[in-house]
Amino acid sequence: MSALPPIFENWFATRGWDIHPHQKAMLDRASEPALMLIAPTGGGKTLAGFLPSLIALSEGNHAGLHTLYVSPLKALAADIKRNLRTPVDEMNLPIRIEDRTGDTTYTQKRRQRADPPHILLTTPESLALLTSYEDAPHIFKGLQRIIIDEIHALAESKRGDQLMLALSRLQTLAPGLRRVGLSATVEDPAAIARELAQHPDPCAIINADPGPDPDIAMLVTEERPPWTGGGAKYAIPAVLDAVKKHKTTLIFHNTRAQAEIFFHNLWLANTDDLPIGIHHGSLSREQRENVEAAMVAGDLRAIVCTGSLDLGIDWGDVDLVIQVGAPKNVKRLVQRIGRANHRYNAPSKALLVPANRFEVVECVAALEAVKAHDLDGDPKGAGPRDVLCQHILITACAGPFDADQLYQEVTTVGAYHSLTRADFDDCLDFCATGGYALRAYDKWKRLLQRPDGKWQLRDPRAAQRIRMNIGTIQDTDTLKVRLKGNFKPLGEVEEAFAATLTQGDTFLIGGQVVRYENLKDMTVEVSRRADKTPKIATFMGTKFANSTQLSQRILRMFDQPDWPALPGHTAEWLGLQRKYSKLPEANRILVESFPHEGRHHICVYGFAGRNAMQTLGMLLTQRMEELDLHPMGFVASDYATLIWGLDPVTDPVPLFKPDNIRADFETWLSGNAVMKKTFRGAATIAGLIERNLPQARKSGRQATFSSDILYDTLSKYDPDHLMLRITREEALRGLVDFGRIEEMLTRTAGRIDHLILDRVTPLSLPMFLERGRVAVAGAAQDRILEEEAARLMEQAGVAAL
Amino acid sequence: MNNFDFTLCGTRCSALPSGALWLPDYATLCVSDLHLGKSERIARRSGVMLPPYEVQETLGKLARDIDSAAPACIICLGDSFDDLDAATGLNDAMRLWLARLQAGRKWVWIEGNHDPGPIDLGGTHLSETVVGTLSFRHIATTASAEVSGHYHPKHRIAGRSRPAFLYDQERLILPAYGAYTGGLSSQAPDLRKLFRTSPMAVLTGRKAIPVPVA
Repeated sequence: MSALPPIFENWFATRGWDIHPHQKAMLDRASEPALMLIAPTGGGKTLAGFLPSLIALSEGNHAGLHTLYVSPLKALAADIKRNLRTPVDEMNLPIRIEDRTGDTTYTQKRRQRADPPHILLTTPESLALLTSYEDAPHIFKGLQRIIIDEIHALAESKRGDQLMLALSRLQTLAPGLRRVGLSATVEDPAAIARELAQHPDPCAIINADPGPDPDIAMLVTEERPPWTGGGAKYAIPAVLDAVKKHKTTLIFHNTRAQAEIFFHNLWLANTDDLPIGIHHGSLSREQRENVEAAMVAGDLRAIVCTGSLDLGIDWGDVDLVIQVGAPKNVKRLVQRIGRANHRYNAPSKALLVPANRFEVVECVAALEAVKAHDLDGDPKGAGPRDVLCQHILITACAGPFDADQLYQEVTTVGAYHSLTRADFDDCLDFCATGGYALRAYDKWKRLLQRPDGKWQLRDPRAAQRIRMNIGTIQDTDTLKVRLKGNFKPLGEVEEAFAATLTQGDTFLIGGQVVRYENLKDMTVEVSRRADKTPKIATFMGTKFANSTQLSQRILRMFDQPDWPALPGHTAEWLGLQRKYSKLPEANRILVESFPHEGRHHICVYGFAGRNAMQTLGMLLTQRMEELDLHPMGFVASDYATLIWGLDPVTDPVPLFKPDNIRADFETWLSGNAVMKKTFRGAATIAGLIERNLPQARKSGRQATFSSDILYDTLSKYDPDHLMLRITREEALRGLVDFGRIEEMLTRTAGRIDHLILDRVTPLSLPMFLERGRVAVAGAAQDRILEEEAARLMEQAGVAAL
Repeated sequence: MNNFDFTLCGTRCSALPSGALWLPDYATLCVSDLHLGKSERIARRSGVMLPPYEVQETLGKLARDIDSAAPACIICLGDSFDDLDAATGLNDAMRLWLARLQAGRKWVWIEGNHDPGPIDLGGTHLSETVVGTLSFRHIATTASAEVSGHYHPKHRIAGRSRPAFLYDQERLILPAYGAYTGGLSSQAPDLRKLFRTSPMAVLTGRKAIPVPVA
């Protein structure tokens, strides 16, 4: 039991505060090697994390770095620095606090390495960079505590794995280091605790009072939600109304494109000129900072935003959170709702806005899940090896290392504790020689083993390039967008999107309609075009797939005799489906066959999430092609796949034979675009492809070539290469999501209901309006290309050539 | 037929889907920008070790074209090697393969900006050469009746970008033939200014597809 020192006691008293039980618990157990606190936003979480450090440092006898604070966002580090200043200044504590992020100046960074502050606030990437310096032992000597904020967000991605690997390094440099994790509500706290602690240390979980349940409802409008789409334009008047009735509203969207379109429509309808801003990851930093500042100052009534505002920056008085589009994932919804009402013990208020008819069902299912405190999430796999490869390179930058020792160190990381020595050696070999079956790089190895057995960089100058490529955040190649003749960028668009633009095309960025003029020095030049409606959405973006738990809830809902919880129009729709066909059941696959516009259609209800249903579409059409059923195309959503073709499917059962599906999957996978995309990510992280070339892509000349070429070459000549193995494992879990196809096959165990009908069914109707139709077969693609070329030839009057 | 035939300044030309140019009247096959040894050069200079299979891939493609066309003469139109050290660094198996491809035919290495000096790999080393009415050099000049490479042109239609031949009445620019090569868009000013009129593009791939450049 540690009593609060008098100076702290007084400070709490002058503020009129009582120390929260969880803050006390964190203090009492501060000497434990690892602790995790789960607390809602506004629950004094940050102070709970820092209190033991402030007390220890208040004596003024610690020299050098004492506490490291790591958060997923640069902005969060700056925010915390401001918040920490208050107690430190008011108690006049002899504590130096600094932050270190990508935005910190070069001089400041150099000084921090020579003379570290007591408390350093940073991000996982900046920390990894710090550990790559030769003087890392000096910087981290004497480090006592590390506080990882928003650990639930980090733990979901490779950034968390990188951070924990860096921590294993720090633990060696500073053996007394204790770890603290601060987390929002999650479905499996123990899993995150296991990742936080040094394996096999225990990690206690302290739960703060979660506060009252949120006040959450679904927006029901007079107007019926449309059959499909994600814009929720129909709900604009109702949303504006809600904004007017509240002080500050956050309006969350699932994708940037939807946020842009919604913001645009909101402005057109905003006749009262309410101050409303937009915030998402593709806007220029300046623009984001302006919005953030206006928000803090209380100048905005609403912000249209995406996940970029998901994390716990304190925006002040948000009293309503609106989620537009079905949340797809209950945990994320709960965390977003937590953004409203930062006052402890006041319920958060939130409104769900379904964007289309099916999302009404999804929203109701999500509401029920929130009420039942039933969070979802997928168990994480073992520590990713591409991140380990990068860690090995980072270690090499800091100086020669011993492989045995590094292996020991890596296996103290929870996610890597079952890593075999053989797997580790594969990664080391990859870093050293490229790991190719053709041992081509004997002369130019990246890492060399010295006579004393330690490994070092062949060329020490390589350290600079490795440092420039630290990080696991996968940024798609983007191009800056700016107004012609204006220096200031408006934001960024994906390179692939920019490539589809021709002069005169209009699109939305930062809420403005702009006209594409030209591409100059790798910058998209645009002019302002307020008078025209935008032709295209700006971002491709991937869509979230519905979580397994949510899908199951929806299936359970279908099982009900009636649906009092659903609005009339939606209940009626489900009723019609039951009458004319049947509603899908959890342990059966429903297949509907019907003709439409002269083509035979089948609609397969598998409820395996968008990515898996997309994969299923590929596999089924491939098999249909072999059976000469002439499939022409398909489209997938979270719950179904619709396929059309020239011949009817009379017996779908063989299509779903697990052995067939698995065999088809193997052939299909290797040539797949998703694989190439996944490969690109893994290869970049592992250091096979450089992201930040010192002489950036300034000329747009052929300096870089597509990573697809590397993928194809490697698949052809070295199919068992480490990078391909990593790619495969990841694709199975991620975008290909074969795991959920397997889950669907197990769940339904060959029970297939095939209904042959004479027209489009109610539940399949939205599928016809779904975007992202895929044409079948490589031959079809060539045909489209040839037809387009022929058309252009004819237009140009050179068809005779 | 998957080739695309056209006539440039009186000489019959055939664009192969692989990116090679075939001159039927002279039994000559021309390929540009092989960039052999690119992965070796990158490893040497940056430490990044790309899959070291691009020489195999590129020579394999060339071997297939040679097999089907049976040329009497082959012109490599410059940047055949990513640099001169990459040429010397070629391993024995690849040298042997190259020697086999060269056997029984005339082989011309045109010098490029990446490989400006002579190389110890058989064949004739020239700064430029003439076949029929056409001159062959690595980088385009203002001269008429010219075939060159260097720019790695690509052209995009229907949302897909592919390496492409570009030609008008006066000149032809070949796509890069090497496996590890990026490309420059047909829209790029550096490329467009070489043509007095809007050029035609011939896309490479499964089939050589002609399309006018807008």
